[in-house]
Amino acid sequence: MSIQARYQLRRDAFRLDVEFTVPARGITAIFGPSGCGKTTLLRAIAGLEAVDSGYLKIGNEVWHDEHRCLRPHERPLGYVFQESNLFPHLSVRRNLNYGFRRTAEARRQIGFNDAVELLGIGPLLDRGPGGLSGGERQRVAIARALLTSPRLLLLDEPLTALDASSKAEILPYLERLHEEIEMPVLYVSHAADEVAQLADHMVLMEAGRVLAAGPIQTLLTRFDLPLAQGAEAEAIIDASVAEHDEQFGLTCVDFPGGRFNVLRRDLPIGRPVRLRVLARDVSLTLERQSGTSILNVFPATVDELFEAGNARVIVRLDIGGTPILAQITRKSATALAIAPGQQLFAQIKSVALLA
Amino acid sequence: MLSETDIVALWTTLKLAASATLILLVIGTPLAWWLAQTRSRLKAPCEAIIALPLVLPPTVLGFYLLIALGPSGPIGGFMQRLGGEPLAFTFTGLVIGSVIYSLPFVVQPLQTAFASIGTRSLEVAATLGASPLDRFFTVAVPLARPGFLTAIVLGFAHTVGEFGVVLMIGGNIPGATRVLSIAIYDHVEAVDYASAHWLAGGLLILSFCLLLGVYSLNRRIAVIRL
Repeated sequence: MSIQARYQLRRDAFRLDVEFTVPARGITAIFGPSGCGKTTLLRAIAGLEAVDSGYLKIGNEVWHDEHRCLRPHERPLGYVFQESNLFPHLSVRRNLNYGFRRTAEARRQIGFNDAVELLGIGPLLDRGPGGLSGGERQRVAIARALLTSPRLLLLDEPLTALDASSKAEILPYLERLHEEIEMPVLYVSHAADEVAQLADHMVLMEAGRVLAAGPIQTLLTRFDLPLAQGAEAEAIIDASVAEHDEQFGLTCVDFPGGRFNVLRRDLPIGRPVRLRVLARDVSLTLERQSGTSILNVFPATVDELFEAGNARVIVRLDIGGTPILAQITRKSATALAIAPGQQLFAQIKSVALLA
Repeated sequence: MLSETDIVALWTTLKLAASATLILLVIGTPLAWWLAQTRSRLKAPCEAIIALPLVLPPTVLGFYLLIALGPSGPIGGFMQRLGGEPLAFTFTGLVIGSVIYSLPFVVQPLQTAFASIGTRSLEVAATLGASPLDRFFTVAVPLARPGFLTAIVLGFAHTVGEFGVVLMIGGNIPGATRVLSIAIYDHVEAVDYASAHWLAGGLLILSFCLLLGVYSLNRRIAVIRL
């Protein structure tokens, strides 16, 4: 099952010309700088934007091709806009019911109470939208979209209009959504940290075009894409909580290439977690260092090198099948004679646990 | 106190204002909706035509209506060929005149109200499965409620208060086309100031109460939204 999309449109000087296929499961980030056409693409997928030509297939249902084009209200999708856009004349409960009532009972997969519970908005039901905080409004908007039992959920920068604390309030709900609901999500964002935390797949956009589409781990570490070339280059590792080391206050998380020690986090054993490793926090040694304070050291194979400017080299390593980036100086790369296929050790000074 | 003929005139006036307002809502709502949504080139000419009664002397409007509704005019002649009577100097003629005369007072507040809703709420409703007609009645109309209230009251009050158009096309037929403003004029002409006071004062108070009602209601709606 996959989502296939192809769109072409012109707006004055702007041109959107995109084509991509991503799996119809998990969260797919549509990622790129502001003004690259992410929102326009999302609106086209919802049928809200007039396009010159378009094709959209969700699983085995064609929503748009040269013969027919479903109108927005005929597409079983949920759309959460940047500003939550709750109906000001309806209470929270009636906002939620608006889409729920218009969904045929046979098609409903999410019950009213399930959505209310999932987004934690029970206490807000009888209030008007005007008195809610930004984060609360956005949670209601997400629940409202979910209650139409959509085949596809579209989130257009749902966190951008929020302050940092509201963002932190919503992210756990989005993660729950990800874990508990089998529904493909297209998530438009220009914030790398949100994408790193949430996305399984990525559609990378620039100036109205798609540069690449695929699993986020791959796209973050491909040297032909801008993400792996810059000073903010990073890798994402999917891992799971293995055990807690109470004596030293650490949590051990396993991934196919080994075990990370990170600062103790109160997470259940076995819970899937995501680790983020910045290229500049990874250094390389030819032999395993003995007297070092760095806990996370893994044997690695050099996969490919990329010269990022005159002084820096970014090295893609393979650690048990997981790609990780290391940023070193060109001087070190020459001194260590680093070349593809070489076996060495990666020392990871710092790792962020995203959960 | 009000004489028998004055009460008839009051009744004629209220009937006229109510019919005109009802017809104005039926015509004006889709027209205002179209004007608020469209990017057509016809928008500016349409707006100009609708606004004409605001700037034209009522006698000019009344003059053209008289010709159009009369037996040799296009509308009156058409009615005659259908076996009816020409519309000049009839209640129906007055309703037609009032609808045209008060059109901007209904269309403009509605258009402003619809335009201020913006497209986003309607797009949200579409993504929640509401068809265009459904969105119009469940989102656009409730959100434009203050506009509807203003339109109803202005349309009604403006029709109650019209004089020039009525004088031109209505004549002064008791029970059919003799309305309050004409009755007041007659009383003043006859130097019957006492009767004129009753009617004029009554109209003043009625208008004030109507407007007071609108503004307080609009305020209440605004407060509820907060």
